[in-house]
Amino acid sequence: MVRLITHNLLACHVKGCTSNNFPLEFKDVQVVLRESEFNPDFLRGFIPKIEWSALIGAARELGDTSLPDQLPEMLDDDFLKTLHHVLLEIHVEEGIMVCPNCKHNYPISNGIPNMLLAEHEIG
Amino acid sequence: MIPTPDLSHLRPGDYEHIYEPAEDTFILLDALEQDAEELTTMGPLISLEIGSGSGCVSSFLGSITGPSAVLYLCTDINPHACKCSSATGRQNKVPLELVNASLAQPLLSRLRKSVDIILFNPPYVPTVRDEASGAQTDRDIGGSWAGGQDGMQVTDRFFPQVDDLLSPRGRFYLVAVSQNNVPDIQRRMREEYALESKVVLQRRAGREHLFVIRFAREGREFISLDRLSEPL
Repeated sequence: MVRLITHNLLACHVKGCTSNNFPLEFKDVQVVLRESEFNPDFLRGFIPKIEWSALIGAARELGDTSLPDQLPEMLDDDFLKTLHHVLLEIHVEEGIMVCPNCKHNYPISNGIPNMLLAEHEIG
Repeated sequence: MIPTPDLSHLRPGDYEHIYEPAEDTFILLDALEQDAEELTTMGPLISLEIGSGSGCVSSFLGSITGPSAVLYLCTDINPHACKCSSATGRQNKVPLELVNASLAQPLLSRLRKSVDIILFNPPYVPTVRDEASGAQTDRDIGGSWAGGQDGMQVTDRFFPQVDDLLSPRGRFYLVAVSQNNVPDIQRRMREEYALESKVVLQRRAGREHLFVIRFAREGREFISLDRLSEPL
């Protein structure tokens, strides 16, 4: 499953593509929502790992505008619940992730991103 | 006793394309179970399994450290293995995040020094070099065992990535056999990456002598809980 938490960790790795290769842009996506267990401790621990602007951009590409542009200073339960939903409950089942730099297409099928490269694209 | 993950959803046809859990899988489960208390206490945030195959090992880890407490990332070069791993996660109520990739390639730039638990039961069987390369390119069951020269061809490619990915408090669990030359692996990891290690479990299974080696950054080995309870 490609949830936004995972999308936030994937970068293009085509040989020579080393700048502006993150975040990958979604194209032609099909999205499914699935509830998952809310764990505020996990979220608080994970927040420092998140590239916030990449998360906001990706959520908007998927039609979700519930998160603020800037990470708030107060991490109250309402905010954490919204973050939980955006990071962990939106599943991209089908579609393509496109590198903003080299335009390489990484297809998503049955919720699994295909990040494999051909021999000549490997660095 | 932590139960072995339920794999009843996998069919004989699946095992034509993916590795069926065997002794080398179970020794890794046993090593994780042995460390269960320490693994829970360290409060890991991100785990990453390379070549997750059936998904048995990460699902098992999830039942130790808790399904919602950790992000369980898994990669496999074999697309069929990705599907099976994902299904095994669902079956055992541990959300596994599958990425069809070679080693940790697409995660390297974002997960620098961030992964708390790395798991790898590599293709460790010594074969001729071309067989191992071909098996990785085929992206099918052969890639799960054909290990090339000394059975280390794929594992050796992953070692620099371990250094890139492992968090300061991280643990890396590796399955090996005697032909892989375990003392040499331990020496190289110490000299090249300052990763200390310990054989945490070993046993004979048929013709194989299996090992689980646990690596940690210098000075960050577990303080054994038994040792803490001993009088000073």
